[in-house]
Amino acid sequence: MLRYMLRRTLIMVPVTLFVSMIVFIIIQLPPGDFVSGYAAKMATSGEIMDEQAMALLRESYGLDKPWYVQYFTWIIGILTEGDFGYSLSYNRPVSDIIGQYMGITIIVSLVSMVFTYVVAIPIGILSAVKQYSFFDYLATGFGFLGMATPNFLLAIILMFISFQWWGDPMLGLFSAEFTDAPWTAAKWMDLFKHMIIPVIVIGTSNTCELIRVMRGQMLDEMTKPHILTARAKGLPEWRILLKYSARAAINPIVSTIGWSLTTIFTGSTITAIVLNLPTQGPVMHKALLSQDMYLAGSWLLLMAVFTLLGTLISDILLAWLDPRIRMTRKGT
Amino acid sequence: MVTQAKALMQRFVQRRAKKGAGQDYATSHWKLMYRELKRHKLARISLYILGFFYLVALLGGFIAPQGLESYSGEYMNSAPTKLRMIDANGKFHIQPFVYGLKSERDPETLRKRFVEDPEQLFPVKLFVHGSSYSFLGLFKTDIHLFGVDEPGRIFLFGTDSMGRDMFSRVVLGSQVSLTLPLVGVSISFLLGLLIGGISGYAGGRVDAVIQRFIDIVRSFPTLPLWMALAAAIPPRVGVVEMFFYITIIMAFIEWTGLARVVRSKFISLRSEDYVTAAKIAGVSDLRIIFAHLVPGFISYLVVAATLAIPGMIIGETAMSFLGLGIRSPATSWGVLMQEAQQIENVALYPWKLIPLLFVIVTVLAFNFLGDGLRDAADPYSHGNGAKSAKRKGKRKWVSLKSKKKQLEA
Repeated sequence: MLRYMLRRTLIMVPVTLFVSMIVFIIIQLPPGDFVSGYAAKMATSGEIMDEQAMALLRESYGLDKPWYVQYFTWIIGILTEGDFGYSLSYNRPVSDIIGQYMGITIIVSLVSMVFTYVVAIPIGILSAVKQYSFFDYLATGFGFLGMATPNFLLAIILMFISFQWWGDPMLGLFSAEFTDAPWTAAKWMDLFKHMIIPVIVIGTSNTCELIRVMRGQMLDEMTKPHILTARAKGLPEWRILLKYSARAAINPIVSTIGWSLTTIFTGSTITAIVLNLPTQGPVMHKALLSQDMYLAGSWLLLMAVFTLLGTLISDILLAWLDPRIRMTRKGT
Repeated sequence: MVTQAKALMQRFVQRRAKKGAGQDYATSHWKLMYRELKRHKLARISLYILGFFYLVALLGGFIAPQGLESYSGEYMNSAPTKLRMIDANGKFHIQPFVYGLKSERDPETLRKRFVEDPEQLFPVKLFVHGSSYSFLGLFKTDIHLFGVDEPGRIFLFGTDSMGRDMFSRVVLGSQVSLTLPLVGVSISFLLGLLIGGISGYAGGRVDAVIQRFIDIVRSFPTLPLWMALAAAIPPRVGVVEMFFYITIIMAFIEWTGLARVVRSKFISLRSEDYVTAAKIAGVSDLRIIFAHLVPGFISYLVVAATLAIPGMIIGETAMSFLGLGIRSPATSWGVLMQEAQQIENVALYPWKLIPLLFVIVTVLAFNFLGDGLRDAADPYSHGNGAKSAKRKGKRKWVSLKSKKKQLEA
């Protein structure tokens, strides 16, 4: 087990480096750079930047060097000093901006994830146990609808409902009076009230998928012979359900935690833009549009690394849950 | 490549059909699949709905009363026009008609709104002259399916903030929203077949490298990656180029899923006896792949491709919605949703959510169709009677199970 964990963790290193390279290439793709975009913006407000000034600006930002030099300065900075570069549009170090938004982003993502599992697993189990009942059809119907609705549109609908019923579309994460207030109990309450819509929106598509998986798995597991044995021995039904079927059925859900993270990041990005949340989504959107490459690149890199971490964790969890996987993997 | 494979397969099937063993054994795989698919009620309905949508998209210019460029400045944010058969005096008209619109101010909000004017009555006519368009890209014409005489107006889904008819825009937008995923899936289909095939057939080190690469591509959160790639599209490109850029960006991620299906099928088929027999008989690798392996799993690939379409539709909608996708003068369902970004717009003019309905219906239909296809993909395994029915019920829900197995492989 330990060896497996170690090996799996070591593979992460080259993969992460490779990911960072892809990120950098993608960020470099847009024609022109920050300076030319900046010059164009200045031109619209009447100020003309000449070639010399642009070259000077490029030199000071290090944009005149070839891309691989830029890449290595960037990556070495991250590795040695935790320096993610300098955000050109915010005029602040990227790590500063990341620090500012990271906390709230992680809170929103984690709560969405917990919401997903807390809702999906019991519903999945229940609709499998009561197969073809009214509840089952209801859960299935909701599941399909939830998967088909793009979550940013769900955000609009929920905002609309909230606006109609309470007269407040619940934009952002804090009411105006709490934005700069210290962290009191009232502020936390306010935060949680505002988090209801984002969490539902971000979690729904994933929840619906998990309900389907859980239901299918449970149906498979409940007909296995060892369940029959347990029942014949007179074990209480709830115990059979939770200890034998559910435990085996949860397997694929654990193995896809890494992917859940991807969907949650994806979902939270666009939802945050629509709902105007103070998380990474809008920051990233703006950074991409203004070609603020270090900021955009760092976000993309961080999200990819988080996803990789998620996959790592789910792989390890899976090996721990299901010895069969550990054994077969050792051979390869 | 795919057509080649299909042709080969058809030849194979025909040859087999000539021999005419049992009745069912002579039926082609696709025919069996179709037969099975027709039994799946939801999939059948979905097929009809999608067929209808694509037909409407194909005849878009003819069905939409207005063109992409037309707008009427005086009818901004007008509510959907009601089609009527009975007028204010209780008289029945055999030909449906609409009332004229007159604007007035809402006494409370002072906002401009439109009310029907029962004085003016415009019968809805078929085959009226309107803005000119090119019919199926063949010839220019200005005949539209329906419309009313000037100065009457017909807005079945209301108008947007520029006074453009939403119904026309939904119809014309479907031309982009419905074809883009198809083109995207075709690209990922080819990529997946090629790369997954190489990976599965070669095995060993090549396989390991390709699999790691796929892992890495999949580890990116899709939307931020799409956003980053979309930001790389030059700002002033034509409509058609933009369409292809977006398609390629979508396909860039989707192909990995298909490649995995191809690879796992290759691996499981590679060790079949008939492949070994072909190898011993001295058949070339290429021929083995296309004549013996590909026909063996092409139906599974079709299923995977169908199930990849909804994700693409949502992706395109999301990107266009954020202003990173399709740009004017072209339109798509995502572009149409842009106005719904402001909550006031939705609250005051709820008909602006109509395009959303079409997105949801299309995505659902593709999902159901994919589910039906998955059940039908393996028609030989279905016996008759209760056993197969029970299996079918179960199989619907194990979509992710195969994903998980690939993950473990």
